[in-house]
Amino acid sequence: MIPELGHFALILALAVALVQGTLPLVGASRGDLRLMALGRTAALTQAFLVLLAFGALTQAYVTSDFSVLNVVDNSHSAKPLLYKISGVWGNHEGSMLLWALILALFGAAVAIFGANLPDTLRSRVLAIQALIGVGFLAFLLFTSNPFARVYPAPPDGNGLNPLLQDPGLAFHPPLLYLGYVGFSVTYAFAIAALLEGRVDAAWARWVRPWALAAWCFLTLGIALGSWWAYYILGWGGFWFWDPVENASLMPWLAGTALLHSAIVVEKRDALKSWTVLLALLAFSLSLLGTFLVRSGVLTSVHAFAQDPARGMFILAFLLFVTGGGLALYAWRAPQLQGGGLFQPVSREGALILNNLLLCTLAATVLLGTLYPLFLDLLTGNKVSVGPPFFNATFVPLCAPLFAALCVGPFLGWKRAELWPALMRLRVALVVSLAAIVVAMTMIDSRSTLAALAFGFGVWLIVGSLAALSDRVRSGTLRTIPRSTLGMVISHAALGFVVLGSVATSSWNTELMHTMKPGDRVDFAGYSVLLDRMDEVRGPNYVAERATLNVSVGGKPYTVLQPERRLFTVQRRQVAETAIQTNGLRDFYATLGEGNPQQGWVIRLYLNPLAPWIWLGAALCALGGFVSLSDRRLRIGAPSRRPSSLQPAE
Amino acid sequence: MRRLLFILPLLTLALMAGFFAWSLTSGRDPASIGSVVVGRPAPKLDLPALRPGEPPLTDADLRTGKPVIVNFFASWCTPCLAEHPLFTRLREREGATIVGIAWKNKRDDALPWLKRLGDPFKLAGLDLDGKTGLDWGLSGVPETYLIDGTGIVRRHYRGPITERDLNETILPFLKGAAK
Repeated sequence: MIPELGHFALILALAVALVQGTLPLVGASRGDLRLMALGRTAALTQAFLVLLAFGALTQAYVTSDFSVLNVVDNSHSAKPLLYKISGVWGNHEGSMLLWALILALFGAAVAIFGANLPDTLRSRVLAIQALIGVGFLAFLLFTSNPFARVYPAPPDGNGLNPLLQDPGLAFHPPLLYLGYVGFSVTYAFAIAALLEGRVDAAWARWVRPWALAAWCFLTLGIALGSWWAYYILGWGGFWFWDPVENASLMPWLAGTALLHSAIVVEKRDALKSWTVLLALLAFSLSLLGTFLVRSGVLTSVHAFAQDPARGMFILAFLLFVTGGGLALYAWRAPQLQGGGLFQPVSREGALILNNLLLCTLAATVLLGTLYPLFLDLLTGNKVSVGPPFFNATFVPLCAPLFAALCVGPFLGWKRAELWPALMRLRVALVVSLAAIVVAMTMIDSRSTLAALAFGFGVWLIVGSLAALSDRVRSGTLRTIPRSTLGMVISHAALGFVVLGSVATSSWNTELMHTMKPGDRVDFAGYSVLLDRMDEVRGPNYVAERATLNVSVGGKPYTVLQPERRLFTVQRRQVAETAIQTNGLRDFYATLGEGNPQQGWVIRLYLNPLAPWIWLGAALCALGGFVSLSDRRLRIGAPSRRPSSLQPAE
Repeated sequence: MRRLLFILPLLTLALMAGFFAWSLTSGRDPASIGSVVVGRPAPKLDLPALRPGEPPLTDADLRTGKPVIVNFFASWCTPCLAEHPLFTRLREREGATIVGIAWKNKRDDALPWLKRLGDPFKLAGLDLDGKTGLDWGLSGVPETYLIDGTGIVRRHYRGPITERDLNETILPFLKGAAK
């Protein structure tokens, strides 16, 4: 009964979305306030209905209702409750429902927090949002119904992909979708602006919090995915340039560029059509990522069932949304008049450089991801574009980006002098150069590039904090605007990510050893004893567990227990890494194949600064949230009357 | 001109969408990985020797008139460990010429690894920065190439070679080339 209610709620939601996607648009063009007001009511109703549907599916999972096909395929009664819940979005249909839910919730958020928006703009934004929602709801109902029943109901389900049964991955999709779908709001704002033919400082100020919120969630989502890959795949790496990872990185890069270019629109009334384009692209790249992952045109480690019919639907949808947006852009954007003039060396100039580099990075990732597909179709040749390509293209492009990142905030608007800015950064310059020298002489003299990259990491941290030094000196640190503070945190956090990535990939120590219980091996100053091997039983798996006693200088230091789990329902093995961290490095152990006669393959890694990668990513998002808390206070401020006074920054 | 600039994103999308639609309807299987190098002369080889005191590895080493097996490996790669005994067997029982290339691997790591497991390589090179691997279309290690006496690549294995590969393709290749 409850699944049918959910199904029905979904159908109603589609109907409401159709209304929300059309009537407010008519109202906005006719100036009909009643039709425009419909947008808000419809947005709230739609969110309620989709929430109801999502709740119904969750209920089916929690109670293990095996008369629902989706539950049979992706759940099992022996699964822990957390994974019963995360199983809701651990499959194609459920994840699309989660996508639709987040989309509807964002629509409701615009309806609630957008009270200060002009009526026409708000109605148009809500209508565009609803039209996107129509696409997803129709996709769900017509090709991927999560509520389909099965008769007779089987006694138990097939279980969830074991790789997904992990706390890190349980929350990875919701965060990632919050990011992807969050950019639908900026997309809707961009379309609305093109329809109105008006992009100004007020528009930029309205759109930026949404872009920032989406960006923060996407940052967290990507970080969580990378962390998961680090400890579950057991290869010691944290980023593999897999198409799925790339799919999430592209909208992140475009979104980052958008955050920065929107500042120029807000403060200087320039870069308008460019910013609108970025707003369209951030969401388009999110959709492109979804298409690439779900359609099966590229191979990847991800586990979604791939189906060409669904691929066609998403492609058609992608064409409708992105193509429609870009066609409108080609038609209307040339009429957007640019405002402020500026010199190449200026805050605007620095932000343009930032945008150029970020977009080049995004284009590089796009090309590297799609190149195998293009080549295969054109010539029949199969290639795989992997880390060598990205390391040779992506990484060098980061150098000028990072170099300029700390200088930009010290440049004034319109025109600036480079030399005074560099003088204010002299401490950062000296410290980073010293870091390079230290890295070359004390850590690893063979890799100059790693030492340089390490120097860039230090430069980002010290250079970003330099923005605070004046305030510390003058005692005005407490009155610093939250947006500035957020920027400093996010920029410095990037430095931590760089330091962690460089140190982990360049200066790690690894050892692979076949061991039997009682064997001892020396590893990077530690003595590691394989104390014993045990068989353990989890709720839905059996595992081999190694107990490694690690000691330093004869004194016990820590005990690591890596496992190999065999999920009995799916007959799949998953390695469970054991990691001991002290904040400065990870002691990382995985258990490989083995047997009592020949011993087990144990791999040990010492990954210096590895925790900083995720600490940095989390701080990066935190910076965004800090900045967001500032914007919310000021969100009521903008007004469209040209005579109104802009608050001084 | 300015207008054209604004249409550019749309044109790019149309081009990409065309490829996607083509890909979806072509019925191709992205999971089957072929190789760009098969049927062509082996990509350029010019690497320092892995073992100290040996001459560098060059193209001439692949064009001796005898079939050559080229294996990219690294001491940090577990699958390489798995396939290693097969190469040892190929060397000892079949007398195959095997060229090993340590990919993105420091000499200090690769040499002890070979010492511990046995060194089946007649010649060994060091591709520290991975550029040669890039030329060879490598997606990771281990990968193995069968090259005939004239330097043409005849087969490309991604991932570890297996007992089955050995019996079904590698041994027939070595025997066929010997005739």
